[in-house]
Amino acid sequence: MSLLSVDNLSVRFTKRSGGVFSRTIGAVSAVDGVSFNIDRGETLGLVGESGSGKTTLGLSLLRGTEPTSGTVTLRPEGGQLEITALGKRDLRRARQHMQMIFQDPYSSLNPRMTVREILSEPLTAGLTDARKLSGAEVDARVVDIATKCGLSVDQLRRFPHAFSGGQRQRIAIARALVLKPDLVVCDEPISSLDVSIQAQILNLLADLQKSLGLTYLFIAHDLAAVAYICNRVAVMYLGKIVEIGPTRQVYFTPRHPYTEALMSAVPEPDPDAPRRPILLEGERPDPANPPSGCRFRTRCRFATELCAIEPPPLREVQADHSVACHHTDTIKLRGALDLRGPVQETAGR
Amino acid sequence: MSMSTDHPHVIDVSNLSISLKNDNNSIAITRDVSFSIGRGEVLALVGESGSGKSVTALALMQLLGGNLSISSGQIVLTAIDGYSADIAKLGRNGRQIEAIRGARMGMIFQEPMSSFSPVHTIGAQIAEVVTVHEDVGRKEARRRSAELLAKVGIPDPVGALDRYPYEFSGGMRQRAMIARALVCGPSLLIADEPTTALDVTIQGQILDLLSKLKDELGMAILFITHDLGIVAQMADRVAIMYAGSIVETGSVREIFRRPSHPYTRALLEAVPRLGDIDERRRINPIAGSMPNLFEPPSGCRFHPRCPVAVHPRCSLERPPTFGSGGRLVECIHGEAELAR
Amino acid sequence: MDASAQAPRRRWWLFRRQPKIRRHDLASQWQLMWWKFRRHTLAMIGMVLLGLFAAMVIFAEFISPYPPFERNPAYVAGAPQIPSVIDENGNFRWPPFVQGLKAERDKKTLRLNYVPDPSVKWDVGMFVKGEPYRLLGFIPTDIKLFGVTTEGGFMHLFGTDFTGLDLFSRTIHAARASLGVGFVGVVISFILGAAIGGVAGYFGGWVDNIVMRLIEFIRSIPTLPIWLALAAMLPRDWSPLATYIAITVILSLLGWTWLARTVRSKLLATRQEDFVLAARLSGCSDTRIIVRHMLPSFMSYLIVDASIAFPEILLAETSLSFLGLGLREPVESWGVLLFAAQSIRSIDQAPWLMIPGVFVIIAVLAFNFLGDGLRDAADPYTR
Repeated sequence: MSLLSVDNLSVRFTKRSGGVFSRTIGAVSAVDGVSFNIDRGETLGLVGESGSGKTTLGLSLLRGTEPTSGTVTLRPEGGQLEITALGKRDLRRARQHMQMIFQDPYSSLNPRMTVREILSEPLTAGLTDARKLSGAEVDARVVDIATKCGLSVDQLRRFPHAFSGGQRQRIAIARALVLKPDLVVCDEPISSLDVSIQAQILNLLADLQKSLGLTYLFIAHDLAAVAYICNRVAVMYLGKIVEIGPTRQVYFTPRHPYTEALMSAVPEPDPDAPRRPILLEGERPDPANPPSGCRFRTRCRFATELCAIEPPPLREVQADHSVACHHTDTIKLRGALDLRGPVQETAGR
Repeated sequence: MSMSTDHPHVIDVSNLSISLKNDNNSIAITRDVSFSIGRGEVLALVGESGSGKSVTALALMQLLGGNLSISSGQIVLTAIDGYSADIAKLGRNGRQIEAIRGARMGMIFQEPMSSFSPVHTIGAQIAEVVTVHEDVGRKEARRRSAELLAKVGIPDPVGALDRYPYEFSGGMRQRAMIARALVCGPSLLIADEPTTALDVTIQGQILDLLSKLKDELGMAILFITHDLGIVAQMADRVAIMYAGSIVETGSVREIFRRPSHPYTRALLEAVPRLGDIDERRRINPIAGSMPNLFEPPSGCRFHPRCPVAVHPRCSLERPPTFGSGGRLVECIHGEAELAR
Repeated sequence: MDASAQAPRRRWWLFRRQPKIRRHDLASQWQLMWWKFRRHTLAMIGMVLLGLFAAMVIFAEFISPYPPFERNPAYVAGAPQIPSVIDENGNFRWPPFVQGLKAERDKKTLRLNYVPDPSVKWDVGMFVKGEPYRLLGFIPTDIKLFGVTTEGGFMHLFGTDFTGLDLFSRTIHAARASLGVGFVGVVISFILGAAIGGVAGYFGGWVDNIVMRLIEFIRSIPTLPIWLALAAMLPRDWSPLATYIAITVILSLLGWTWLARTVRSKLLATRQEDFVLAARLSGCSDTRIIVRHMLPSFMSYLIVDASIAFPEILLAETSLSFLGLGLREPVESWGVLLFAAQSIRSIDQAPWLMIPGVFVIIAVLAFNFLGDGLRDAADPYTR
């Protein structure tokens, strides 16, 4: 069984008019009927552009945002928790199994607490199955995880403002891991860091996964970083997963036109790399008012009448590789760093 | 491939130092920055946050604010129309710099939302640039604005003139900003991380557009970024900046194929690439973190993180610069590296 | 620039800076705020002034040379007497003295005029014996900060009023009531504002809606008329103490709205912070999140608001009392003292009666300076 099963999960935000006589004036489906599994010890990448709902999806798995419908099931060692059905107290207890790393290490750490206080809080203030730890045990756990994340004991008495962005992110990672969770949702953990620091954090996450047996949901828009750390990748567009499969297949033999465009747009840091971007027409539609049928059809060069009428279901096209496109079997798509396929003018250099 | 030598230089920056004046001491934010860009050439100024790359761009336009000021160096602009001036000698205000800003030099920023006033139409804001710099009527300015909007790929350019910035999406606003920067036909365009705030598919569109416009208008572009992928795609030549100094310059191929400064090498090894997805190559991070600009390390500013630093020499003295023309390295190993 | 020439200087500078950085690393929010506040010169001046006012309130009996209700029949509506160390011949004289006075009746207006009596000099000294009193309410003593040592002499620093009361002593004593109203008013406003604003921000929805509309309604009422109306409703036969408490409550009933708004908006803003979400995802209880994470992050803003509300309440009390509707004799506040100074006669014959007004201005300015500095220091984490 997978560690995490997500079934038909939706998150809708209602828009209300202001004032005393407020009423609902519309709804945004940030996440719309999403289903996927994550196996123990693997890393699933979640990619998509801004407004695709990937952060909302990550948050709703932990019920940081309440899902509107659907189920999330987590299977920690020797048990099964239906996260979406838990009451308040049980949810607090379930938090020890699932944690989150945020994008901005400047806002995710309380500036008024020392690093030691930040790291020990989950152990002392949370509800766990284990007995209450003594002060010395808490301290030992904090020092242990801090060392594993590359922080020195001497740094524990400092406040977050004493640290650079990369070091702050190490603190945030240590806080997420101090409870020894099974699942860690990493929400763009490197995108606010400098290039030279991003690599440090990526390697740290990879090392910790190996030594602690962690499972990651890795949300990012940096496709090269996702390729580096993820076993499988899910591509989101306007609240729906359009393609999910093993990283290699999704990157080099994509089966959805949006994945193709995304992959072709990645600028590879190599002046001699083949560069043939497929430039998408137009802009992303308003999520509050998505197109009928397939949500990508307004920018898709293969769209037909069928696409406007019928939303394509996510169906398996290969073992462990699913795509939501009506025409996936009949169209020829290019992968990343691929020169084949329809010729398109690229800028002369 | 363009070489700096066979192009007349549009901008020639030599030994530019910018300092920050504090209560009683002054700190060199950048030291002895030198580069030049020829017509139709793209120079990528690459650096991480705190490298001083944005400050350098602002200095080129005499837009430094607060306690920052140019302490030494020259910024010689030679515009396509023959106009020439040392910008470092001009004041922050006054006729001369105003004749350069917006007309002979254009600038586009990272955040397209905040660079337009929300209370005026896009058309009025672009036309304003024309009427300020040239002796033309409102009608003509409007016509020119619409022409530029069409050129940057905004659908229905005449209708777009009367719309407000909030009615545009991020990508469209960035296009409009490019139109405003180019409406007077500048000789140099400074692009400060123009695609960082955009989605990757929109980023592709904007980069493509900039390349096309550069070829069409023959201007020079100073492209400031931290994204090596964009550098590889856009630049003819590259200047790598670290903690206020340009540590290496060279053609894009030289930089990517034969990096000679330890920082450049480390930077290239630290980024994941799609091409290596199969080999599972482990990326090599640069240890430590960026130095604080207000308390830079002594000697070579990279020495605390440098794997090949020679102690105590690197921590005591500033390394010499080796190389000539468009290929320079500021490192004690520079000579050997370039000869390699 | 020659690098080698600069190297030694830079190293020396690094050496000097190093320990400072480490102190900063370990500094809590309040320490950082204090360091930032300290650099604000005006705010520091404000704080020193408020310190002096606090000392004035606590040690009023010690500072004032006379009890506030002791008449000096020999010096009615007398001008301020300023001690001097230079005598009429230009010679230095120690101890300081005030010129002796004798009363003369003006032949035409029949007014008593006090003219200097060059033959008499009254010595002024520090820590002199005066009327017995209890310092801080329990230490019996009769030592005053300063006073006249010569038998039969007197010194009225701010002059006297039409009944011969010492204005300086009265002004010092009146600070108690004036600043007390402000202090108690701010405390009541603070409690009301924090509770009501907290409820609105925490529950949100229709509760928030009703509270916000209520605040808007209250704020739309013109303040002076409503104060006047409420104050006029107070029964005249209430004891001065009861009136005092009632006035304080009236003023704070209308003053809590600012604080409630701040609490609400800060609560809503901090609820969105990542670190609050992180605490929730760590399994922290709601109580812990509010007490440990949310409250400390906007406490400083509340203190800023309180320091700005203080002078408003002080001014409101002064205005009410000046109009004769606030505090009344025998309670003394600066407003009550100014009430006595509003006639043409007093402006003409005893302009010094308006000195308590100067104290009001200084106190209000001091609070505004302090609030200014606090506002700048309130968020020490801005990058």
